[in-house]
Amino acid sequence: MASNASSASLPRPRVPWAVVGVTPFMLFALLFLILPTLFLVVGAFQDNDGGFTLANLGKLWTPTILASYWISIKVSVASAVIGAAIGAFIAYAAVSGGLPRWIRPTIMTFSGVASQFAGVPLAFAFLATLGRQGLVTLFLSSVFGLNIYAQGFNLLSFWGLTLTYLYFQIPLMVLIVTPAIEGLRKEWREAATILGASNWQYWRHIAGPVLLPSFLGAALLLFANAFGAIATAYALTGSSLNIVTILLYAQIRGDVLHDQNLGYAIAFGMIVITGLSNLCYILLRVRSERWLK
Amino acid sequence: MKTNRLGHWIAILIGTLYFVVPLAATFEFSLRKLRGVYSFEAYRVVLADPQFQSSFTFSVGLAVVTIIFGMAIIVPMAYFVELRLRKLRPFVEFVTLLPLVVPAIVIVFGYLRLYNSSSILPLTNSTLSTNFLLTCGYVTLALPYMYRSIETGLRAIDVRTLTEAAESLGASSGTIIWRIILPNIRSAMLSGSFLTFAIVIGEFTFASLLNRPAFGPYLQLIGANRAYEPAALACMAFMITWACMGIIQVISRNAVAAHP
Amino acid sequence: MSFIEISHLRKSFGPNTVVHDFSLSIEKGEFISFLGPSGCGKTTILRMIAGFETATSGSLHVGGVEMTNLPPAKRNVGMVFQAYALFPNLTVAGNIGFGLKIAGKERGEIDARVAELLELIKLPDLGDRYPYQLSGGQQQRVALARALAIKPQVLLLDEPLSALDAKIRVSLREEIRALQRELGITTVFVTHDQEEALSISDRIVVMNQGRADQVGTPSEIYNNPATRFVASFVGTLNLFEARVVDPVAGRVSIDGQPVVTARDISAYGIADGATVALRPEALSLGGGDGDRNVLTGTVEEVSFLGAVIRVRVKLREARVSLDIFNDPALDLPKVGMPAAVSFKKDDLLIIDRD
Repeated sequence: MASNASSASLPRPRVPWAVVGVTPFMLFALLFLILPTLFLVVGAFQDNDGGFTLANLGKLWTPTILASYWISIKVSVASAVIGAAIGAFIAYAAVSGGLPRWIRPTIMTFSGVASQFAGVPLAFAFLATLGRQGLVTLFLSSVFGLNIYAQGFNLLSFWGLTLTYLYFQIPLMVLIVTPAIEGLRKEWREAATILGASNWQYWRHIAGPVLLPSFLGAALLLFANAFGAIATAYALTGSSLNIVTILLYAQIRGDVLHDQNLGYAIAFGMIVITGLSNLCYILLRVRSERWLK
Repeated sequence: MKTNRLGHWIAILIGTLYFVVPLAATFEFSLRKLRGVYSFEAYRVVLADPQFQSSFTFSVGLAVVTIIFGMAIIVPMAYFVELRLRKLRPFVEFVTLLPLVVPAIVIVFGYLRLYNSSSILPLTNSTLSTNFLLTCGYVTLALPYMYRSIETGLRAIDVRTLTEAAESLGASSGTIIWRIILPNIRSAMLSGSFLTFAIVIGEFTFASLLNRPAFGPYLQLIGANRAYEPAALACMAFMITWACMGIIQVISRNAVAAHP
Repeated sequence: MSFIEISHLRKSFGPNTVVHDFSLSIEKGEFISFLGPSGCGKTTILRMIAGFETATSGSLHVGGVEMTNLPPAKRNVGMVFQAYALFPNLTVAGNIGFGLKIAGKERGEIDARVAELLELIKLPDLGDRYPYQLSGGQQQRVALARALAIKPQVLLLDEPLSALDAKIRVSLREEIRALQRELGITTVFVTHDQEEALSISDRIVVMNQGRADQVGTPSEIYNNPATRFVASFVGTLNLFEARVVDPVAGRVSIDGQPVVTARDISAYGIADGATVALRPEALSLGGGDGDRNVLTGTVEEVSFLGAVIRVRVKLREARVSLDIFNDPALDLPKVGMPAAVSFKKDDLLIIDRD
């Protein structure tokens, strides 16, 4: 009785709108992002009967699979390192002044477009450019008499894929690293100069170290970006260049292997690699944000 | 100083060449379909292809549904996290970055195992539920970009003060989101939407592995079987990406002009 | 020849001339301030001394050596910037020792000099910290130490206090002045804050639109402003358009009321207009003795400012503000009351130039 009376006198419970508003997203993240990932991670450590095993991971150590991881890592590292270097230089050129004003916004817009221009159409574009009948291929052979294919170039190879990936890696780098380069304060250069430092000494002792975390972090992001990509490579090379995403694709399609848990292990290996590079990226970003505050 | 500037010009020039030459080459290639003359024949063939029309329409529809669905779950979440549930922010940051860590092909692999016909929630059983699954996949793909732009938009306005002002005038939570918050982050939402559109329209991995007749797999199919049509399609895809990014630029510039 | 000789310096950016024909001699060990609103050219002159800007024409000598076109790295001057100019990737010790390291000094020598400077700026234990771990005031002290480490012949301070809180601003400026006296270093200080300039300087250069309106000691600038701009920029001032009645006897009329100035106005003709000025603190309420000038009117407003009370009195057309010291025993004037305001003949300033 007493409890009834007191509950009746309480104000009507307020609808917890915040919880209502957040729940759909949390449910979505759980069902379509976290659970699927966990499922694969757990599966990588299970045998067919659901018992714990390391055998699946052990099976990754076969020449085919190791080779595909290796070629993926090579392409990703090459496109990330080259892309980061060129992208940083372009961003610096665009930001540091001396060029007409319209250059900067134009480069930013263009980078936005080009960094999203990936996937299948990008493969087509490079086939039309550097394929056997591509414009640049024909141009080089007709004007300079240089047959790049006879020289050993092949678009459907490590360098071909790297060159293609650079098309979105460079602009992505420009977009990521520009804020960091803008964070270089003019006063640092002036302070260094007036203390007697040359341009080279300024870069060696101040600007270089200040930018290094951002640069490395961005390069790691580029690496993960290339490592998880598949559409461009698949459309470009079919399955002639066996990068790990294409291997997994074929595995899912049931073209090869027919070992479910091995598929989980391959996926797990990819998560570990991209996860590590992203973790390093975040750590580096925390550091550079502290500096550039 | 002079030599410095020369180096900058060279960098910009090389960058520009690297990005313009493939586009020019693709365009030139797409015009070569008829022997000896330049023509738009490849475009005509592509546009007349019923499969092109159906797959493109399918992907556009999918993109629109993805944007609406994504906004519907992300905007309220971002709003309440900013307003009341700050403690959740690290978790949300982590979740929204996850799609950049876990490659798309891994996520879709998880879907196929978790929601196949023999599971508790057999989403791949019917066409409609598979389409739903594909939409969810696209929302995860777009999640980092959508969340980032909405969060930026919310930070630019003072959510707390706006909400308290509206509450003191007697508005309910729903009214506040619909009448106060949404109009104020409209440009951020539009930017996120067009970016999502650009990502979804040509997406290959999800659509192909879930076996849906989307534009991405169609592109791949044409690429494997035709010579000049792929180049025409690449040019069109580039135009679409360019249009989306251009619209984002215009939107954000106007937003800056409106809130100096 | 003085230690720093600036002669006929001019600087144009395209069609805009920001510094016109500027000349100044600065003695060794002097603390000189450039005071003026933003865009008056004070920072540009400082940057020309530092070497970041090259003069369009004119010349600059320091210690008898021509350095008009010398690159900044070769000038041996120290500079402190507005804010946040510490190198973020180096520790406090690394920042202070940077110039010595660049000069190729030995490790032990650098360490000793850094320790000495840390002691000087009273942060002896913070050598291992990074700039982001310091408060704004600490950062600026480190910046000062970094500039002094190379034993520069001139120290340049570019509004070093403007980003700091009011309290720290006052204590740091006193520290800077004490340090400067101790080291005897010639210092050029740029500021837009008149109180800062008045309190810290040996001499002040008041800048207005690329020209020096007046150069003088703080008391000359404050008590004898040469131009209307200097008078209004430095301190609060009552300005009147007066009429000259008798140039020889120094009689003028302010708003129709006769007053006498002790200053020389013999160059004016009878019935000429003249700009005259009165400092609020030079005025007092009440008639005073016969030697003082008196203006009468009614009290229009009384505002309490803490240590002083500002009273505004309306004459016929014009208004005059005066400051009286706060004293609880004092009977405050009431708004609407008739009031007399008096001041010494000496205190009526004549502003000769616009």
